[in-house]
Amino acid sequence: MMRLLQAVGQNSLATVAGLGDFAMFASRAVAAAAATRQLGRRWISAVHEQGVRCVPVITIVGLFAGLVLGLQGYYVLARFGAAGTLGIFVSLTLTRELAPVLAALMIVGQAGSAIAAEIGIHRNTEQIDALITMGIDPLGYLVTPRLLAALIVFPVLTVAFTLVGLAGGYLSGSVLLGLDGGVYWSGVHSAVRIADVRECLLKAFVFGVITIAICCHSGFTTHRRTGVSGSHAVSVSTTRAVVLASIATLAADYLITCFLV
Amino acid sequence: MMGASLPPILEVKGLRKQFGNHVVLASVNLVVPRGSIVSVLGRSGTGKSVLLKCLAGLLMPDDGEVRFENGLLDGFRRRCSYLFQGNALFDSLTALENVALPLQQTTRLGRREIAQAARDALRSLGLEKFANHFPAQMSGGMQKRLALARSLVTRPALVLFDEPTAGLDPPARNAVFEMIVQYRQEFDFTAVVVTHDVPEALIASDRVALLEEGRIYFEGTPAEFTALDDCIVRSFGENSVTLRASLDK
Repeated sequence: MMRLLQAVGQNSLATVAGLGDFAMFASRAVAAAAATRQLGRRWISAVHEQGVRCVPVITIVGLFAGLVLGLQGYYVLARFGAAGTLGIFVSLTLTRELAPVLAALMIVGQAGSAIAAEIGIHRNTEQIDALITMGIDPLGYLVTPRLLAALIVFPVLTVAFTLVGLAGGYLSGSVLLGLDGGVYWSGVHSAVRIADVRECLLKAFVFGVITIAICCHSGFTTHRRTGVSGSHAVSVSTTRAVVLASIATLAADYLITCFLV
Repeated sequence: MMGASLPPILEVKGLRKQFGNHVVLASVNLVVPRGSIVSVLGRSGTGKSVLLKCLAGLLMPDDGEVRFENGLLDGFRRRCSYLFQGNALFDSLTALENVALPLQQTTRLGRREIAQAARDALRSLGLEKFANHFPAQMSGGMQKRLALARSLVTRPALVLFDEPTAGLDPPARNAVFEMIVQYRQEFDFTAVVVTHDVPEALIASDRVALLEEGRIYFEGTPAEFTALDDCIVRSFGENSVTLRASLDK
């Protein structure tokens, strides 16, 4: 019993210390923006890394999410004689919930894992130490541009996900199952309010900052992984980044929804 | 050869560093005269690289002090370069971009001036034809020269070399020490070289320090080092002779 309590206590302390370390890391990265040279160029590169490279996966997943929503929604709503509300169902589900969450998870899988691995390799090969000895702030050089890129990439890709998803819902609901296209799009138009779009963008914005900060932090602290080193430590950091960022996305989604509903 | 009479650029007093209960550096005292090449010798695991990382500020010492140019540590980062054992080159940047990086990030020079300075540094080290190559496309010796070019492009007063000859064959080791001596004259820097390579270090250095059990066991000129009748120093000297003989063969 004592051992169990001891283990719980130690893990709790480690978790609190880890959260404190993460908060310090993220705040120092934000503060470094003021002193980082050529931030614009690094930011453009980070937008390409997170944004442009994720467009295919966002398009494909958005399309299939919309297709499935249209299909499931049509048959469920048809049971209650409400198939005409498919546009409302698809648009609100995507805008308020699925688009920000799925887009964030996809970006984490595609770009977040790459960021954690790249920074982890920088750490392993002493490139971060090299930056320090050159008088360059490694947070400003490696992390700040990526955090700033997330502020624009996540909302833009979430909007793209929503639009492609709506098209997917139209394809399965109207083109394949025969619902009138005008009914579908008028449902979309009437259902989505500015508050829904605001919630969608707020979620995307928050998920972007949290997930990219987690991925950068995980890579940056690769040398602290206990029991592993070298390429194994990089792989552990990458896995950890994706898992933690995914959990954080869903937890933040719940909290934001609690406050906004 | 330069002696200890020159004014010191770096002074280390009572430097102590331990990891957990393991004391790596007990109390290190070292004086580096300006313009000299000082080699820090020692067996594996005696804390040579830890000492260098403490000097560069990558590790915080537990005790002691490091004084740069009579205590002016403010400009230390800008005036000190570090050559890593594994070179620590950015593999996603070309040779030119690697060399330009410290200028881009730490100076207010224009793009053209930075490119020119980086090209000049590459030319000085015979790498101008490889400006657009990535580090992975270069040989080990070229990567070492590229890392040195990056270290020297900011015209540092002090360059710290961490095992610059690790993993290189004997001719390449000689070439690295030749490079340090040659560019010390050309770029006018002071060098602290941590190395296992006793024969090369004794030939190329102005002063030698032997790190043993967390302290500087010996500090003096290479001639004093080889002349000293001491079992620990002699063991290094004998290794040197053995290595020289095998190199001669």
